[in-house]
Amino acid sequence: MRILVLTKSVPDLVEELVLDEDSGELLHDEMTYVPSEWDDHAVEEALLIKEDSNADVTVLAVDTGDVDNMLFTALAKGADRAIKLQGDFDLSTSNRKRAQAIAHYVKENPYDLILSGVQAIDDIDGQIPAMVAGLLGMPHASVVTDVRLDGDRVHFHQEYGGGLQAELASQTPVVLGIQAARKPPRYASIAKVRQMMKSSVLEEVEVAVEEVPELEIRRFFKPVAAGHAEMIDGDAEEVAERIVSILKERNLVRG
Amino acid sequence: MGPILVVAEFTEGELSDTSRELLTKARELAQSLGSEVIAVGFGSHAEHAMANADADRAVAITGLGLDQYLPLTYERTLSQIVSEYHPLLTMVANSTMGLDLGAGVAAAQHMPVIAYCNGLHTDAEDIVAQCQAFAGKLLAEVAVPAGGAVITVLPGSFGSSGTSGHPEVTVMAVDSVPGMDVVKILEPEKGDVDITRADILVSVGRGIGDPENLGLAQELAEAIGGVVSCSRPVVDAGWLPKARQVGKSGQTVKPKLYLALGISGAPEHLQGMKDADLIIAANTDESSSIMEVAHYGTTVDILDLMPALAERLRGE
Amino acid sequence: MQKAKSIELEVAVVNGIELPGHWNRMFEPRVISEYDLSVLDQVTSIPGAESLGYCYQCGKCTAVCPVETVGDYSPRKIFRKTQLGVSLMDSPDLWLCTTCRNCLRVCPKEVNMIDIMPAVREQAVLEGKAPAELLTAFENTARYGNPLGEPPRKRTEWVKSAEVPVPVMSQVKAPVDVLWFVECYPSYHPRGKDASVALARLFNALGVEFGILGTEEKCSGDSQRMAGEKGLFEMLAEHNIKMLSKYQFNQIVVTDPHAFNAFLHEYPKYGGQWPVQHYTQFLAPLIDQMHLTRPLNKKVTFHDPCYLGRHNGEYEAPRDLLKAIPGLDLVEMGHCRETAYCCGGGGGGMWLDSFTRDYTSQRLSEKRVLEAVEYGADILAVTCPYEVSRFEDAVKSTGNGGRLEVKDIAELLAYSAELI
Ligand SMILES: Cc1cc2nc3c(=O)[nH]c(=O)nc-3n(C[C@H](O)[C@H](O)[C@H](O)COP(=O)(O)OP(=O)(O)OC[C@H]3O[C@@H](n4cnc5c(N)ncnc54)[C@H](O)[C@@H]3O)c2cc1C
Ligand code: SF4
Ligand code: SF4
Repeated sequence: MRILVLTKSVPDLVEELVLDEDSGELLHDEMTYVPSEWDDHAVEEALLIKEDSNADVTVLAVDTGDVDNMLFTALAKGADRAIKLQGDFDLSTSNRKRAQAIAHYVKENPYDLILSGVQAIDDIDGQIPAMVAGLLGMPHASVVTDVRLDGDRVHFHQEYGGGLQAELASQTPVVLGIQAARKPPRYASIAKVRQMMKSSVLEEVEVAVEEVPELEIRRFFKPVAAGHAEMIDGDAEEVAERIVSILKERNLVRG
Repeated sequence: MGPILVVAEFTEGELSDTSRELLTKARELAQSLGSEVIAVGFGSHAEHAMANADADRAVAITGLGLDQYLPLTYERTLSQIVSEYHPLLTMVANSTMGLDLGAGVAAAQHMPVIAYCNGLHTDAEDIVAQCQAFAGKLLAEVAVPAGGAVITVLPGSFGSSGTSGHPEVTVMAVDSVPGMDVVKILEPEKGDVDITRADILVSVGRGIGDPENLGLAQELAEAIGGVVSCSRPVVDAGWLPKARQVGKSGQTVKPKLYLALGISGAPEHLQGMKDADLIIAANTDESSSIMEVAHYGTTVDILDLMPALAERLRGE
Repeated sequence: MQKAKSIELEVAVVNGIELPGHWNRMFEPRVISEYDLSVLDQVTSIPGAESLGYCYQCGKCTAVCPVETVGDYSPRKIFRKTQLGVSLMDSPDLWLCTTCRNCLRVCPKEVNMIDIMPAVREQAVLEGKAPAELLTAFENTARYGNPLGEPPRKRTEWVKSAEVPVPVMSQVKAPVDVLWFVECYPSYHPRGKDASVALARLFNALGVEFGILGTEEKCSGDSQRMAGEKGLFEMLAEHNIKMLSKYQFNQIVVTDPHAFNAFLHEYPKYGGQWPVQHYTQFLAPLIDQMHLTRPLNKKVTFHDPCYLGRHNGEYEAPRDLLKAIPGLDLVEMGHCRETAYCCGGGGGGMWLDSFTRDYTSQRLSEKRVLEAVEYGADILAVTCPYEVSRFEDAVKSTGNGGRLEVKDIAELLAYSAELI
């Protein structure tokens, strides 16, 4: 069983997002990037599958200029190979274009199971696993947990909200968008990551991507922010009433 | 001008609230564009459930096994419908189904997808979508291309008008696509709750005063559909199990709503919850640090607030 | 296995009576053949952990180990359990030692937990056996340069509240006398920041020519090293040394005893050799220039940080400073100076709060706060950035809110000098 895990880095929300307030453009080069949290879970799930059957795990990232550390970390955690897709990519490359690049690669290099984080914080132009599957005409499912191999079929859980879940089974190849791994993503000690940097290589694969449908994002802007809580005055009854109406506005009240 | 296609979902055999919202929005756009609204639903109840939908036409897709959501079959079918109807917009809720269908169908049909949309309006010449990006830290304004797009919409974005209509319903029978099937529906897991997965946390701190008052928090949690979590002193005192502790040495949580009740907001606590979507804090001390991260605050005594809030929520 | 080094005298003369060493059955390690020693051998074969095998069960350490006062713990017990086949590698015991160094002070065989713990923990981290809480702190440090997971760009935000100049080296184009290595908790933790503000004002009042690294500074990494992440420590050390090497200064002054320890003993191994002082050592000779005029009529007791006192031998500077404050009545707790009990934050304890809680009856910080209360102190003076947060929390959790205050020495000095 050959597993491919699609990973990418996203702006670190611990730091400020950097925005040109006039043009509404994101200043990618001034932001710090970290591996997408959901992709970390996809890597973990792949490694857990590898531990219970002898799968071979490849991690892949589109080379947007900052992915080496992320890939070496995946190797240090136990992935077998790491691949960097090279071409005309940088931090501002759209998810759609990344998906197209990955689809080209997978077409030439088939895998049985493709995992990736179900979403990322920056994918308003589409979630990568679903787009890769759509482009390749492969079956896929999102919001997936608990992936296990059963002969040549892949069993997994899909979550529907409100605690509802189903177990599904799929033929291969299949693309799954991982919501959470069975265990918290493991820690790779820095010594091990550094050792990987010395002892292993990232395979570089060149891909050319044709024109893809892109979104016209007119601007990004910050929602009105509060530095201090807006205080709700009144007695318990009045405060309760106000809270309920705030919750209603946000669809947080059942029924 | 292509039609506006709305993928409907059903709860207990009726149109879901979110589907009603999408239809209301679709109707509004269709009116200003001079276009029509087509609802698309899957399963044996779709025909009945869409009979009074606020749409011009409806397509009810039936077939063996389609009452249960089948990612592969639904996606292939929707893709086929999109290629037949050439919709300007295809609107799907950002549910599990929407996450599957939205980007997948868009990619297969060479269309763009606009995800996490929470606003849609027409301006001079375009339809403009507003989307949530970076976990809500930024909003984006996106122009819907003239060639059309698939849009996944965050539930609760539009509100529904409650208007009903009389669409002409076409029933389309399909075979399920082999390759991916449902093995079984899983019962929700038992055992102590996992606070990291709860959408709503009713979190209590030392301000709860006495373990007997925990009952009030529990009742509130039940009324609001959430789970009780807490700060460390509550665990230290043995009033709640450690799995409920939020913070640096407990769990990190990102619920949709975090109600901080009698919690001062020490840095070790904030580390575990400051990224919640909405934080409402109740603390008799207005200058407590929790108020710096909370969106709303009140200085009402939590022992009064908890029952008042629970009662109101139950009354809804 | 390396042979134990005997440190008893071969011949001793006591009150004129000659005592030959061969009477001492402890002179050579006893052959203990009745046990299967494979588990012990596994542990002692880890480079750095050899000395665990030297233990001859005298029990001196049990009498001084702070963890023993809240649990069932000491090097002797760890040795014994491992000898009986319960490997330290898989035992919760591995994470309870705060590397406070109290046992090493008394151990006749120099069983050295300060070497054993990081060595065995490093192995455990590699094998994925470390508690999740600790790993979060490691991950934060690797990613953000601080264990709190705070944004690196905000490392200098505290400077705004100082309201005095705090020059950042990358902007100061000239050499300075003092490079102040601020560290993480003093940069980010609200109470740590209070101490930083106080110290910045003291430096300004004294006319010290100083600068900080600002956002170029990362955690010194010493506690992460003791907690088993040597690779992370090395990465941080290399970074800090590179940054420091860009600038000219006469000496480093640190707020944090853990950083002090790193600069004294570890950074030189990586090419970072500079004269370094803890801020109390730097300030003590300047007492006369500090204008400590405002009296503080309080009973104050001082908690010796393990990494300033026992690890590095400095007991006087903090006390000299406290005594210089008019009105201040310094009382010593029973456990003070070399016998001081640990606050529980060292050796990774800062990031194992919840884990430790499961294996001990009380937090060490609570134990210590109760001791301060017992001695009638109004203020518990500290001088390690882990302590303010730990002790303030412990004051509350032991129900002593309002009775005992926790203050960094810098805060007390700044108060007396009317700078805060
Ligand atoms: C190493 C370390 C790790 C830690 N890890 C964690 C952690 O993971 N999680 C955690 O939570 N803490 C942690 N702490 C403890 C933390 O420092 C605080 O002590 C703790 O969070 C305080 O909890 P609290 O807010 O419930 O209590 P308090 O700080 O005592 O606050 C109680 C609040 O309730 C208010 N109040 C009282 N009565 C009422 C009433 N009737 N109505 C309304 N408001 C009322 C008061 O005004 C007060 O602000 C840690 C500490 C350390 C040192
Ligand atoms: S270093 Fe301190 S905590 Fe660790 S075993 Fe020795 S005395 Fe106990
Ligand atoms: S003091 Fe040293 S020799 Fe004595 S029991 Fe403790 S570790 Fe062993």
